[in-house]
Amino acid sequence: MLIGLILFPLIFSLMIFILPKNLTKYATIFYSVFSLSWMGMVVKNISSWTNPFFTENYVFSSNLPSSLLLVLDGISLIPILLTQLLIALILWMLLANQKEDKSTYSLIALMHFGLNGVFLCADALGFYIFWEVTLIPIYFICAIWGEGKRMPITLKFFLYTFIGSLCMLVSFLYLYQIQPEGGNFSIANIFNVDMSATARFLVALGIFIGLAVKIPIFGFHNWQADTYTSAPFYGSMLLAGIMLKMGLYGMYRWLSPVFAGPLCCDLQWYIIILCIIGVVYGAIIAITQTDLKRILAFSSFSHVGLIAAGIMTFSHSGWQGGLLQMFVHGLNIVGLFYIVNLIEQKYGSRDLNKLGGIATQNKWLAIYGMILVLGTTALPLTNGFPGEFLLLKSMFEYQFLTALFAGTTIIWCAVYMLRLYQKVFFGEESKLVLSGDSSLSSIEHFILIIFVLGVLVLGIFPQLILGLSESTVLNYLTQK
Amino acid sequence: MEKYFYLVILFPLIGFLVNGLLGSKMKGTTPGLIGTVAVFIPFLIALGVFFNYGHESQPILQNYFPWINIFDFQANFSILIDPLSLQMTLIITGIGSLIHLYSIGYMHDDEGFARFFSYLNLFIFSMLLLVLGSNLLILFIGWEGVGLCSYLLIGFWYKNEDYGYAARKAFVMNRIGDLGLIAGIVLLWSYFKTIEFQAMAIHAANVDMSDPVIIIATLCLFIGAIGKSAQIPLYTWLPDAMAGPTPVSALIHAATMVTAGIYLLVRAHFLFDLAPSVLNLVSYVGIATSIFAAIIALRQNDIKKVLAYSTVSQLGLMFVALGVGAYTTAMFHVTTHAFFKALLFLGAGSVIHALHGEQDIRNMGGLKNEIKSTYWVFLIGTLAICGIFPLSGMFSKDEILTVLFEKSKGLWALSLFSSLLTAVYMFRLLFLTFFGTYRDDEHKKSKIHESPMVMMAPLWVLAILSVFGGILNLPHLIGGESYGKMAHFLDPIFSHSKLATEHMDAGLEIGLMALVVGLVVIIGFVLYNIYVKKESLPKPDMSLRGVEALVANKFGVDELYDTVISKPVLGISRFFGQKVESAFDGISGFFFVAGFKSIGNSLRKIQNGNVEFYLILMTGSIVVLMILQFLIKI
Repeated sequence: MLIGLILFPLIFSLMIFILPKNLTKYATIFYSVFSLSWMGMVVKNISSWTNPFFTENYVFSSNLPSSLLLVLDGISLIPILLTQLLIALILWMLLANQKEDKSTYSLIALMHFGLNGVFLCADALGFYIFWEVTLIPIYFICAIWGEGKRMPITLKFFLYTFIGSLCMLVSFLYLYQIQPEGGNFSIANIFNVDMSATARFLVALGIFIGLAVKIPIFGFHNWQADTYTSAPFYGSMLLAGIMLKMGLYGMYRWLSPVFAGPLCCDLQWYIIILCIIGVVYGAIIAITQTDLKRILAFSSFSHVGLIAAGIMTFSHSGWQGGLLQMFVHGLNIVGLFYIVNLIEQKYGSRDLNKLGGIATQNKWLAIYGMILVLGTTALPLTNGFPGEFLLLKSMFEYQFLTALFAGTTIIWCAVYMLRLYQKVFFGEESKLVLSGDSSLSSIEHFILIIFVLGVLVLGIFPQLILGLSESTVLNYLTQK
Repeated sequence: MEKYFYLVILFPLIGFLVNGLLGSKMKGTTPGLIGTVAVFIPFLIALGVFFNYGHESQPILQNYFPWINIFDFQANFSILIDPLSLQMTLIITGIGSLIHLYSIGYMHDDEGFARFFSYLNLFIFSMLLLVLGSNLLILFIGWEGVGLCSYLLIGFWYKNEDYGYAARKAFVMNRIGDLGLIAGIVLLWSYFKTIEFQAMAIHAANVDMSDPVIIIATLCLFIGAIGKSAQIPLYTWLPDAMAGPTPVSALIHAATMVTAGIYLLVRAHFLFDLAPSVLNLVSYVGIATSIFAAIIALRQNDIKKVLAYSTVSQLGLMFVALGVGAYTTAMFHVTTHAFFKALLFLGAGSVIHALHGEQDIRNMGGLKNEIKSTYWVFLIGTLAICGIFPLSGMFSKDEILTVLFEKSKGLWALSLFSSLLTAVYMFRLLFLTFFGTYRDDEHKKSKIHESPMVMMAPLWVLAILSVFGGILNLPHLIGGESYGKMAHFLDPIFSHSKLATEHMDAGLEIGLMALVVGLVVIIGFVLYNIYVKKESLPKPDMSLRGVEALVANKFGVDELYDTVISKPVLGISRFFGQKVESAFDGISGFFFVAGFKSIGNSLRKIQNGNVEFYLILMTGSIVVLMILQFLIKI
């Protein structure tokens, strides 16, 4: 079952190179539908919601301390669902844009392979390998199809994440090395060790740095805005929609167990502080940016900080809110990047000062945009609210004043998001908008409607996502 | 009847969807009719439930589905039908229907006709959720929902950048209050482990007075109320909100949405009763806002701005009443205020419609002969808000003043002052608009026309309500056996309340009433003398000096906020975005570029091609590794 989620993307990625060019389109459609239905089958086969739902272990050699151990429980189910959904949507967007390069599709499938591996693999070494695999396709996507000063920017991104990952690897190796004879990298064993408070602190720090760069947390974020801006739209989507969820997911699975024992200093508190500095810092920067993609980059930075802070409270509402918000943020940010991409395609710019009045020219794009903007601003009955409320709740219960500081995000977000909307869609039509092409094809409508439905349905029924992880999270936190 | 109550919420939602999705394809006034019917049917249903609802009836809780349901937080999607929510529902759908009907005439040639009605329906839907929600989180859905509709409707003419700015200002200032509300909800959850109003009320009976958590929580709720009901310091968005079409000002920014803050405090009265210090703060903020806004209204020349500041001022009075625990009195004023302020705004709309968009009262005058019908309804509205016997405003205001006279003479004197200011700016507005002679050019005068029937009919209904609204809650003195109907209806809600109001001496009550009415009449005559007999006009803005200029400029609060908040935030944003980010760039650049270069340079020297050196390095390394191995084992 689970191995299919890892194998099929890999097979497709190789196959696309062999197939003739004119079949790429059909192969991609087949692949996206197939992977979605495979996911549907996996979910349908979940018989009991006590964890884990599925465990599969593939041993390559009994001499290795590591095996391909795949686990699906409530915590991995949500990012896995998100990945299948977004990869399919991104592939459809590329088809709608008539992108012809075979290698793009192949690289995205390779990315898909790595992402599914990261979210499923419960073996520290395997997790690390999948983690690094995802870096290869995204590097090429940004470096080949990016814009502006893409080479130095991509190199910066690569170095940041790679150095972060190495810190994480060192922590894992140390954890393995201090185990008694016959130990291995499986998640059950690797954290089951005695450590001094100092060693525990250093291990936690190493893992945290690896995750913090990906998320990114304040202080580790310098690569983000540049990379999002210069990457092609599907690169930004992969980065913001799914890749940063790797870091958040890692906090649940690989960072929180380290905190089970005593640490030599209050790392939890320092991490939360960094997270919420990012929340406010990112939001404030977003207020004066003029490049649509940069605004989304800083907005994403701000929102993700709140998710990370909520997770770090190790409370039930923080964890549940975090999982819900991971899903929702992925959906909304990809939807917004798609709208930015459509605007850039149709009107030739994504500069706020050159746009305006699109609502008069393209009513439906304005409506879809409004709904996604409201989702991001966390208006109740849109998908952004339940998660943000639960995260804020966990923060308020953790420390009231800190939470009040982080909570200002709902004000800042309204400021920059409504400014963005005003400058792009309202006002008099700008020259570019008047001369642009203001139609939407039916496939564009179709893709946008999926996002809009996601915003509304999950806003009214957040239980659809919360219910998936409830028992897992409850188990996980009561065991600790 | 009660089991169909969900239709009350559903109809406006359907109206919103139909008009929003299909409205642009419909012809003529169809979207307007759909929108009006979608609000009028809920009104009829609510009316039916109201007549079934006796004094002994139990509140009805209707549970639809669990909205958020996790281990340490639960909120159901459910509504609570009790006297308070029923009364608010009647106001919202009743006045809402009238304003929808009026809008068919007012907006008839606007290209966004269908869009306008879809937004209005969405507003009614949100507002109903706000008042009907059985817990704080459903209330919060409505709370933010009305904020959104207010944003959409203020910026309805979206091509105008200034309107867009006013709309964003309203939304952002509301959001500041909303953060307080969220904090309050979380605190109350942690304290009671429920946010259902009924359950909290039961638990609250066992809580000590001035419990610190309750104090902070009620303070947070009050911050939310300040944002929504435009009190100091978050009031500046309301006057700017007048950028929206006039029916919006009447419905959202006078009759319903801005009273949400009052509703919240009344709904959560069992908490506020436990926090006397917060209640004191409520009355201080209320009285300060009431006087401050009334003073500003004295010098405004835009017909809608005067009414906007008047609304802020009246809301302030309601908060004063809440602050002394006179909850039914505040609700009474909410109701009568909804009647006469909606009337005044729609009347102003009729004036603006007649003058083809003119809003400056310096360019009006003498209109009572041109648009007679509008003049009469506006006159009724003015007399009602000023508190002339026996119109509705007199009864509700008199009740507030009577209660205050008992509780605190200081607050009574200040509120009396504020009520007299009301009379001053309202008579000034009335005389400058309708009396004297027309001051703009003759060409425009010939084009003045009375509004159509579809606009005048709702105005007359509201005028009748403004006249007779006082019957809803007559004082004992006048009503005899049928006194205080509204208070009796609302009574079950406050049965736990520890601060009930008693009756006072009849002679004193008559004296107070006569004093207020007498003073208002005197003010009326004095202003008639100034503005009609002597025909003195407001001076042009340029010639104002000193205090007058300060008042005309709204005490410069907007400019103050701009200098103290907006500009610094933008400055910080640029500082972070440019300076701090490039500092981060510098640091990472140093590590990645300079760092690697220097490491590379120093390591290059090892690679010197000397085999002997390589051998030494190799053996040396092995020795070091062995020593390390040895040390680690121990």
